[in-house]
Amino acid sequence: MVMGEQTLETQVAVIGGGPGGYAAAFRAADLGLEVALINQEKRLGGVCLLRGCIPAKVLLEVAHLLRDARAADAWGIHFGEAEIDIDALRGWKEKVINRLVSGLEKLANARDVQVIQARATFESSNQVRLEGSDFAHVKFEHAILATGSTPIPLPGTKFDETSRVVSSAGALSLPDIPERLLVVGGGFNGVELGSAYAYLGSQVTLVEMTGGLLPGVDRDLVKYLERRVKRAFNAMHFNTKVVGVQEEDDHVKVTLEGDVKEREQTFDRVLVFIGRRPNSQNIGLENTQVKVDDKGFVIVDEERRTNDERIFAVGDVIGPPLLAHKAMHEGKIAAEVIAGKPAAFDVRCVPSVIYTDPQIAWCGLTEIEAEDVDFDVQVGRFPWAASGRAVTMEAEGLTKMVFDAKTERVLGVGIVGRGAEDLIAEGALAVEMGALAQDLALTIHPHPTLSETEAEAAEAFLGLSTHILSRRKE
Amino acid sequence: MARAFKLPDLGEGIHEGEIQEVLVSVGDEVEEDQNILVVETDKAAVEIPSPYSGAVQEIRVEAGDRVNVGDVLLVFDGGTDKAEAEPEAEKETTEKPESEEQAKETAVEATAVEVTAVEGTARQPDKDALPVPAAPSTRRLARELGVDLARVKPSGPGGRVLAEDVRAYAEKGPAEKEAPAKAAPEKEKQAPSRAVEAGLAPFAAPPLPDFSRWGAVERTPLRSVRRAIAKNMALSWSQIPHVNHHDEADITELEELRQAYKTKLERGSLTMTVFVMKAVAAALKAHPRFNASLDPANEEIVLKHYYHMGVAVDTERGLIVPVIRDVDCKSIAELAVELEEMVKRTQAGEASLEELQGGTFTLTNIGVLGGSSFEPIINYPEVAILGMARARWQPVVRENKEIVPRYILPLIVTFDHRVVDGADAARFMRAVIDALENPGKLLLVA
Repeated sequence: MVMGEQTLETQVAVIGGGPGGYAAAFRAADLGLEVALINQEKRLGGVCLLRGCIPAKVLLEVAHLLRDARAADAWGIHFGEAEIDIDALRGWKEKVINRLVSGLEKLANARDVQVIQARATFESSNQVRLEGSDFAHVKFEHAILATGSTPIPLPGTKFDETSRVVSSAGALSLPDIPERLLVVGGGFNGVELGSAYAYLGSQVTLVEMTGGLLPGVDRDLVKYLERRVKRAFNAMHFNTKVVGVQEEDDHVKVTLEGDVKEREQTFDRVLVFIGRRPNSQNIGLENTQVKVDDKGFVIVDEERRTNDERIFAVGDVIGPPLLAHKAMHEGKIAAEVIAGKPAAFDVRCVPSVIYTDPQIAWCGLTEIEAEDVDFDVQVGRFPWAASGRAVTMEAEGLTKMVFDAKTERVLGVGIVGRGAEDLIAEGALAVEMGALAQDLALTIHPHPTLSETEAEAAEAFLGLSTHILSRRKE
Repeated sequence: MARAFKLPDLGEGIHEGEIQEVLVSVGDEVEEDQNILVVETDKAAVEIPSPYSGAVQEIRVEAGDRVNVGDVLLVFDGGTDKAEAEPEAEKETTEKPESEEQAKETAVEATAVEVTAVEGTARQPDKDALPVPAAPSTRRLARELGVDLARVKPSGPGGRVLAEDVRAYAEKGPAEKEAPAKAAPEKEKQAPSRAVEAGLAPFAAPPLPDFSRWGAVERTPLRSVRRAIAKNMALSWSQIPHVNHHDEADITELEELRQAYKTKLERGSLTMTVFVMKAVAAALKAHPRFNASLDPANEEIVLKHYYHMGVAVDTERGLIVPVIRDVDCKSIAELAVELEEMVKRTQAGEASLEELQGGTFTLTNIGVLGGSSFEPIINYPEVAILGMARARWQPVVRENKEIVPRYILPLIVTFDHRVVDGADAARFMRAVIDALENPGKLLLVA
């Protein structure tokens, strides 16, 4: 292109093409603003679409299929042993990603969002320098920072996603199904991908630093998953950490410390999910008024404006929960604020979903959090053993709702069981709307479905559940 | 031990004020008697000292908030307090949980909003109080209309605030908004009657048209001094049958005298107002009903045996009337000093509440700004007000038909016709003019 330093001028520069970034860019464009979306990668979608949520779901879908096929044995349907073509499977995964990426590109195009592939570094509060693009600079009226986060490697190591010790990116594009797999970290990712590989045939060992799986999640929900995982995994070591990793040609030697007998163990591959850190370094924030906290998360107000009034930040880079749907919501808020709308991040809950078998999902107040509040809380529970639809699927599970005892208002919902990912949306709507137990109980839920368990949990709280005995003690 | 600090009684008749400035922050260590807040009342800005020593644990108000006597403004943490404040402090600590309890009780019946409203922690949900239940769209609407959900009276089940509630609240007048949600009247009131209730209008006026139909408009809240003026003028105009009496004083000699002596004063400013004050004081002594108030409830006229003169001062915040005490007992030189100093302090917003109270008659001099005549409104509940327009040289026709240039001061006395009559006013005015036209007389009455 043209020689010299070309500067693009735009109203809004969005930095980062993940869910937070593209949602912000699209909303800003829909509100009539001129938008440049600067994305470091070739494809839009960020970690979520390219090497996170979406490809993980492909793998998990396969795991569920395998589990169902095996379960069907008991119902008189015999598929025989599954043959897994890992290359074909990887191809299918790529196809899914490409289809969604091209969808995003079309949407960006149709909105006149100018997508620039480059790495952006702030030069000042109204300009970024670009590397890898025909434009040397982008001058903006407002910027939305959506640079996301990066997995933290084990102490003293660095990730090479093509090696034998990898994070989620590597875990989703393994060249083979490892025979002996170590999963480090018993949070979301560890349990999800650990169980996926277990269904695909790996001997999975999981180590977790704390005393149980999924720290912070209500134990009555985790209980169902733990039972299943115990059967599926080879071994689980809690209160244990990895203190040494020695990568050899065809295996990895790992030294463990904690509640574990065999301290030295050998694995074919190691997946590390011990946390993520914000991508707030080396992007020139020191040339702006943007401030970060001691963990490096960018500090923002409820409008998602940083300390620099021209610059907004959304998604993982501003802090937990590090979830795509939170980032997307924030992206839209920031865009609306820039467009002069009275928007703010004002939500009552950010739902969480763990895509395991069974799935766990919750939103709003958990029972663990309820211990710390000063008002009276009561829980309505409906075990799925009493759900006709659940029995037809042999689906174990539990739906519970946390209520304010006095107003009978729904404050939180927790679900474990198949399809919890979809069921939780009704709970989130109830929490956001300030729905009362009666609102759920008086809404006709289709029968037989798993969604009925939500109405029945509300009825259980009211002492009126049809399918379980829940009479209130007077 | 946490102690709540409530807005103390600010003096006679002052029940509310607007927080102008919060002088401390959460965590600050405050000494007893250290000023912690500036509250602007209808009359003056008052600095409020702390009755306790201790750390500020919580600040429940911010600049611009309207507060009533008894409202909790700050919460202190530990420390020591004045011996006499002790019982009060204890009362506070026992009272607080009680009122929280009450609030929670109420919440069961109708609304959860009140918990947050009473505790003032609407911004920190989860821990001790629930956020106000409202749909996301309603919350966005509230943001758009600048409405604090915690203050809205909810009409939905379980205290849920509906979009209609937010809209209804946004349309309310400021006076009703200030009232906490629980004090909100049962039935919806019309805007005019709210203005009447707030004392801003004498009787219900028809609703205003939508001005934006004809062009851009901007709405600005009626606050502090402006609001007080509106209230007092509406009160005075609606209660007092006003009559104006115009006359002129020939102050040629007095002006010469003034010019001759004004540079001889060591301090103070020898303005025409000072002489008029003195002349009025003398006239009031001779005509006591002009130094009075009507008490219609008891069917009595209250005659005052003191002569405290209010002087209208034009300030950035609006008209303020500080009071000069015992004008009859002070010399012209003394008044020249006191008036100048009082005007300066009033303009700087430093006049104390006490200095704005207790007037028996008011003087208003519009002369510096021009105007050949005007008709002032009586400073309720006084009986009369004297207006001074601009003095100027005018041709005066003498008895012998000779035309001479004289320095003429137009005067207006506006009086309460319930207490005095036109003839009384003419006589009172004559007395004032006599004194001004014969400066020697001022010496006699002084």
